[in-house]
Amino acid sequence: MTPALNIESVSYLNNGPYSLSLQPGEICGLSGASGVGKSQLLRAIADVLPHDGDCYLGKIACSAMSPQEWRKEVALVPAESHWWYDSVAPHLGDKAKAKDPYLCHLIERFGFSLDVLQWQISRLSTGERQRLSLIRTLIYSPQVLLLDEPTSGLDSGTAKEVEAEVRECCDTNKTACLWVSHDMEQLARIGSRSLQLRQDSLEELVL
Amino acid sequence: MNVIALTVVDLSLAASLLLILAFCSFKLGLGIEKRIVISGVRMSCQLLLVGLVLKVLFSNSSFLLVSLMSLVMLLIAGYEVWSRQTRRIRGGTGYLISTGSMFVSSFSVAFLALTVMVGVDPWYTPQYAIPMLGMLLGNTMNGVALSTDRLTTDMYIKRGMVEQRLLLGQSWQEASGDIRRDCMRVGMIPIINSMAAAGVVSLPGMMTGQILGGSSPMDAVKYQILIIFLIAAGTGFGVITAIWLVSRRLFDDRQRLVLDNLALKSSKNA
Repeated sequence: MTPALNIESVSYLNNGPYSLSLQPGEICGLSGASGVGKSQLLRAIADVLPHDGDCYLGKIACSAMSPQEWRKEVALVPAESHWWYDSVAPHLGDKAKAKDPYLCHLIERFGFSLDVLQWQISRLSTGERQRLSLIRTLIYSPQVLLLDEPTSGLDSGTAKEVEAEVRECCDTNKTACLWVSHDMEQLARIGSRSLQLRQDSLEELVL
Repeated sequence: MNVIALTVVDLSLAASLLLILAFCSFKLGLGIEKRIVISGVRMSCQLLLVGLVLKVLFSNSSFLLVSLMSLVMLLIAGYEVWSRQTRRIRGGTGYLISTGSMFVSSFSVAFLALTVMVGVDPWYTPQYAIPMLGMLLGNTMNGVALSTDRLTTDMYIKRGMVEQRLLLGQSWQEASGDIRRDCMRVGMIPIINSMAAAGVVSLPGMMTGQILGGSSPMDAVKYQILIIFLIAAGTGFGVITAIWLVSRRLFDDRQRLVLDNLALKSSKNA
């Protein structure tokens, strides 16, 4: 089977080179000491950080796709989300206007009701922003998900809901996911394998 | 009708006002007395020097001399715009962008006015070309400097938001659209406001000068209207050019926000 995402000797700043492939539907955990460059690795894969080496979506190289197409398919949800309109709905574009069924499903699944669309951004809590930011990315059904500590601001119950939903999304859409977390138990729950990032290598962890 | 010539004594009397102000600044502990005196002296020297240069220039209207003078003015205006930015594009590119935008805002508009509207022959007659160019450079400089300074600062502060939009698959134009539009507005609003106040609150300097020089008020007003139109249009085009060129430099060929291109101005001149 062709891997969903293939990373071939990607290096950036003082890190790498790293090689890694993700199978369709696979969730792979990624951990590592604080400051080792986990977020930067995700940024390099999403191609917002200049890097050497290339990434492949299936068989297509990142350099052969337009940056917009690449980032829509290889979607990064950063640890800190950013919002630029006053309320939630405009950030979700046409999907919010059309009351997209998948959007409604996600809203409910992540513990909101539909009126969340009218909420003011300034009044959202950290955890609410985090979940909404995940929804904002999931509605476009990317082929690869890069999640940077997606549950860091959530209580354990909600965190498990999010884990289950991402699991379901990966199973049904064959989405591959790279999940950064410090929580080893979480990594063991969500994925079949987990990697540890070091300055110059990626090591397979035994969970 | 001739202007009453000013003597050295007249100017010295006016200068003494500034000295009194410097003395007040000293007594009040404002700490700017040195700057008042230095900038006063500097201004007088610059203007006297320009007077001499213009005297030579007006006596033989050679195209070469006029171009040389214009070029020097442009280069200085470009430097002024560049140096007023807190965060500026690294290396020579930043200066080239500022100068390029000033070229669009002033040179092109001044050339159009001289050839088409004023229709003076030859078009580079220094009595017309140099003052018009000077006024355009001086007035459009503010708008261009204001908007580029705002752009680089905003892009730096809102980098997370811009990158978030890129991550959602937006193009760099979409991701920076709000910021760019804001900055263009910031650059153009002052000249639009000053149009509203022209004549009612302020009598523009050029018009005043022409009236003092003996022109009829209506002639002076017509020239002033022309100049304000040119300044407004020049500012607008200069701002649009500057914002486009600067924001283009802030994204690379893979549409990544690359703020490494920005250098912070050293704080000693701030």
